[in-house]
Amino acid sequence: MSTTNPPLPEFDIDPRAFRTLADAQMGVELDTGDMILNLGPQHPATHGTLRLVVRLDGERVIAADPVIGYMHRGYEKLVEFRTYPQITTLINRIDWLSSFANEVPFIDAAEKLMGVEAPPRAQYIRTILTELSRISTFVLFLGEMGLQVGALTPAFYGFRDREHVVNLIESVTGGRFHPNFNRVGGLKDDLPWGWVNETRTVLKKIYDACDVFEDLVAGNEIFAARTKGVGIIPPEIGAAYGVSGSNLRASGVDWDLRRDGAPYLVYPDLDFKVWTHPDGDSFARYWVRLQETRESCRMVLQLLDAMPSGPIMAKVPRIIKVPEGEVWTEVENPLGQMGYYVFSKGATGPFRVKIRSASFSNVSILPWMLRGVFVPDVITILASLYFILGDIDR
Amino acid sequence: MISLAVDIGWGTTLAIKTLVILMIVPATALILGYTFLLKMMSHMQSRLGPMDPGGFHGWFQLVGDGMKFMQKEDIMPAQADRRVFAMAPMVVVVSTFLIFLVIPAGPDIVVKNLNVGVFYALAVSSLSVIGVLMAGWASANKFSLLGALRAAAQLIAYELPLLLAVIGVVIQASTLNLQGIVLHQSAGSIFGFDGLGNPYILTQFVGFALFMVAAQAELTQTPFDMPVAESELVAGYMVEYSGFRFLFFFIGEFGTAFAFAAIAATIFLGGWALPASWGLSVGAMRFIGPAVLFVKIMFVAFLMFWVRFTYPRLREDQLQALAWKVLIPIGLLNIVATAILKVAM
Amino acid sequence: MTDVTPTDSGESPETGTSTAVEESATDAAAEIPDPHALDDAHAELLARFEDELGAAVLDTGKAFGMPIVRVQRTEWRRAAEVCRRTLDCDFLSFIAGIDWMPAPKEGGDDAGGDTSSPVQPTETTYGVTGSDGRFQVFARVQSTTHNYGLTLKVDVDADALLVQSWVPVYPGADWHERETWEMYGFVFEGHPALRHLYLPTGFEGHPLRKDYPLLSRVVKPWPGLVDVEAMPGGDDDAAEPAAAEPAAAEPAAAEEAS
Repeated sequence: MSTTNPPLPEFDIDPRAFRTLADAQMGVELDTGDMILNLGPQHPATHGTLRLVVRLDGERVIAADPVIGYMHRGYEKLVEFRTYPQITTLINRIDWLSSFANEVPFIDAAEKLMGVEAPPRAQYIRTILTELSRISTFVLFLGEMGLQVGALTPAFYGFRDREHVVNLIESVTGGRFHPNFNRVGGLKDDLPWGWVNETRTVLKKIYDACDVFEDLVAGNEIFAARTKGVGIIPPEIGAAYGVSGSNLRASGVDWDLRRDGAPYLVYPDLDFKVWTHPDGDSFARYWVRLQETRESCRMVLQLLDAMPSGPIMAKVPRIIKVPEGEVWTEVENPLGQMGYYVFSKGATGPFRVKIRSASFSNVSILPWMLRGVFVPDVITILASLYFILGDIDR
Repeated sequence: MISLAVDIGWGTTLAIKTLVILMIVPATALILGYTFLLKMMSHMQSRLGPMDPGGFHGWFQLVGDGMKFMQKEDIMPAQADRRVFAMAPMVVVVSTFLIFLVIPAGPDIVVKNLNVGVFYALAVSSLSVIGVLMAGWASANKFSLLGALRAAAQLIAYELPLLLAVIGVVIQASTLNLQGIVLHQSAGSIFGFDGLGNPYILTQFVGFALFMVAAQAELTQTPFDMPVAESELVAGYMVEYSGFRFLFFFIGEFGTAFAFAAIAATIFLGGWALPASWGLSVGAMRFIGPAVLFVKIMFVAFLMFWVRFTYPRLREDQLQALAWKVLIPIGLLNIVATAILKVAM
Repeated sequence: MTDVTPTDSGESPETGTSTAVEESATDAAAEIPDPHALDDAHAELLARFEDELGAAVLDTGKAFGMPIVRVQRTEWRRAAEVCRRTLDCDFLSFIAGIDWMPAPKEGGDDAGGDTSSPVQPTETTYGVTGSDGRFQVFARVQSTTHNYGLTLKVDVDADALLVQSWVPVYPGADWHERETWEMYGFVFEGHPALRHLYLPTGFEGHPLRKDYPLLSRVVKPWPGLVDVEAMPGGDDDAAEPAAAEPAAAEPAAAEEAS
C-alpha cells in the first residue's frame, strides 16, 4: 500500500525533469498546464503565517517557494534600544511554545561577558525548566502531527497533556507561555512549596502519555504509510542548510549540543542518551521526538533528585552594565540549535545581537525538499519539521 | 402499504410520504450529528462537547445551528458560476432523499417497495458525485477544485467495492428486494438453530467489512477524507459554501451516512425484523420495527464514526491503490465463494 | 571553573592573538583561568585554518573559547571551501552583518534623563579582530562530527558593498545572505537571486544599519519611566466638564504660558 517517492535529485537538476519523465514513461506528450497554489499565509497546516507558493502539476509539486516575514518583528533592531532585562522579555516570544529555553542562552551570554556565574541551585532550576519546556512543546508536537496527517483525536491529547506541564511552569514563574523568569545572575524566584512532588506526578503522566502516542499515532499503519519515506533529509545536505536539532538527528547525525557543544547549565553532570534514527524521513522525526520526550522526563527526575539548596541569585549590581566584548552562546533548543552572538560595548544594553534561530534554517531546506512530492506530503513534511513562526521570523 | 380504516386517495398518500421523508432525513442527520459528531467525538477527545443549549447535555445544539445557518447571508464568490454553484448542494441532497425511499422500517412501512431495491439504492447514491464536482468547479477556487477532483476519483473508485460487497448478500438471499432480504434473514436459521434468524453478517462477514470500508470512502470520512482534508484544503469542495447551502451539504453528508448505515443494517443485520422464531405478530412489528432498525443503525454508525475519529487519512494514491488492488479482488473472491457455497448447500 | 569575580567594565583582549591576560593583579598567587582560552580541538582547528589560508588571514582572536578569524575580502569564498572540504565543518550556523558605527542619538539627551535607549559609547571600536571600516559580515560554521566550530569575519568596503557569496559551498547560505542583503545592503556576488526575505518587495532602506532609525520611537517618542498610574476616577486625559470658574482660570493659565 505504501508508495515510494521519486528518488531525490541532486542539488542542481531541473525539477521539471519529473514531468517529462512521467510523460515519456506513458509514451504520451500531454499538454498540461501548471497550477500555482498559495498555501497560506492563512492555512491550518502552516503553523502560523508561513506562505508557501507551490507550482503544481496535478497533485505533484514542481517547485516550492516559502515566503516568510509576515511575523517579522525586527528583534535585532529592537534589542539595540533596550537594556538586558528588557530584552529578556522580548526574546521569550521567539519560540513561544518553549519560551524559557529562549531566555537561557541570552542570559548565559550576558553572564559570560560579565564574568558572573549563577549559583548551582539556579543552574539546576534553569535546566529543569528548560527540559520542562522541551517536554511541553514536544508533547504538543506528538499530538498535532497526527492532526496534520488527518487523525483528529491525538491533537486534543497533546494539548491536554501539555496543560499539566504548563501549569507546573506557571506555578514557578507566574507565566504559562512567557515566563520571563531569568535574570542576569540567576532567577527571579525560588521554587514554590510542594513543586518537586507535583513535578514527579506530572512526569509520570507524561510518560504514560508518550506510551499512548506511541500506540495511537506511531503504531498506526496509516500514519506509517503517510510518513515513512516522505521528506527524506540526507545528513550532509541537512547540515549544509543548517538544519539542526531533532530533524538532523532523525537523519542519523549524532550531534546534540547538550552533550557535544560548549558546556552550559547542568548538562555535563547529567546522564542522558542522544536518540538518532537512520532513516531521515518524517516518521523518523516523529520517533526521535517521542524518544526525546521520554528522555527529558528521565533527565528532570535526575535533576530533581540531585538539586542542591542555596541561593538562586548571584551578587550582581542593580543596574546591569555588561563590559565590552563579544560572545557566542548556543544551546539545544527544542527546535534545534539556537544561538546568540552578543556584541557589547560596556553599556546597559548590547551593541548588536545576532539571534540564530533554529526554524529559520530548518525551513530554508523546503525549496530543495519539496520538489516532486504530493500535496498531502507537503503537509506531512511541514508538520514533521516542526517550526514555530516566531522562530523563523524573529 | 399500510391499510387504514379510511381510504385516502393516491395523491394524499404521495403527499404524506413526501412529507415524512422530507422531515425524516434532516432529523436523522441531526440525530447522527449530535450523537456521534458532537458527543461521541468529544468524549473520545477528553472533552464534553455542547452542554448548554437545551439544558440536557446540549441536545438543542444542532437544531440551533440549523436555524442559524438558515438566517445567514447568502455569499457567493464573485467569479463563481452562479447557477451551478446554487444547484450543487441540491444535487447532493436530492441523492440522499432518494435513497430513503426504499429502506423498510417495518412489515409495510416503506415508501416504495421496489423489487430492485438494492440496485436502486446504490445507483441513486452515486448521483452525489456530480454534485461534488459541480461544487468544486463552480467555486472558482483552486482548493475547491483540488478537493472536487480528488472526490470524483475516490467516489467512483469506491463504488465498485460497495457493489461487490452487496452482491454477496443478493446471491445468498436470491432477491434484490430489501423487504425480501429482511424477511429471509428473519426466517432463516443457522445450521438448524433458528433462535437468531440468519443475519447475513455471519456468513458475509467479508462483505460486511468491505461494505463498511467502501461506505466510509463514499461518505468521504476519514481515513478517506482527502477531498475534505481539513488540515490541507479546509473543507475542500465545500469551502466557499456558507449559510443554508452549507446546511444542505451537511444534511447530505450525515443523511447519507444514516442511509448507508440503514442499508448495512438492513442487508447484514436483519433490518427492522427480529427473528421469526420469537413469534411476534405483524401488528407488533409495525411498532417495534422502526425502533429495532434505529438501534441497529446506531450500532453501525457508531462503528463508522469511531473509525473516523481515530485514524489519520490516506493519501490519494494510497487510497486508490487500496480500492483497486485490494478491495476489488477481495470482493470478487467473496462473490465466487458465496456463489459456490450457495449452489453447493 | 567557577570564577565569580565581578568585573568592573574591564577591557577584554582586543586585537591580535593575545595570550591569557590576568585581570586582577592583586591576587598574584591564584591563577585565574583565562575565560577566553581555546581548548585543544579549537586551537588545532585555528592552526589548521591558518595553515590552509596563509596570508589571507588578516587577524585572529578568541572570545570565550571560540576562535575568530578575519579573512581578506577576495578569499571569503575560499575560506568557506576550506572550512567545508578540509576542516570537516559541514554545518552552517549563520551568516550575518554588523555595522560598527555608533548609532546617532534620536532627540533627547543623556543629562535630561532620556531613557529611550541605553547609552552607548560614541567612539567606534571594532571588537576582537578589528575591522577595516564600518561594515563587516560574520559567519559561523561548525562540525557535527568533531566538536568544534569557527567564526569568520570579513570586511565590506563601504563604497562598493560587495561580498562573495557562499551559496556554491553551503546551500543554506541562500537565505542568510538574502536577509543580510535586505538588512544591510551588502550585495553577494554569485548569489542566485537576491530578493527580499522578511521585508515586503520594494522596501526602501536597510533597517539594521545604525543610521536607520527605529521608526516606532520616531513615531511616538519613548515616554520613559511611567511610574504613577492615576487612581480610578481621576483620569488626567478625561474630558473636563465645563469649568465653574473659567474667568479665574484663564488669566492664571495665560500668565504661566507666557
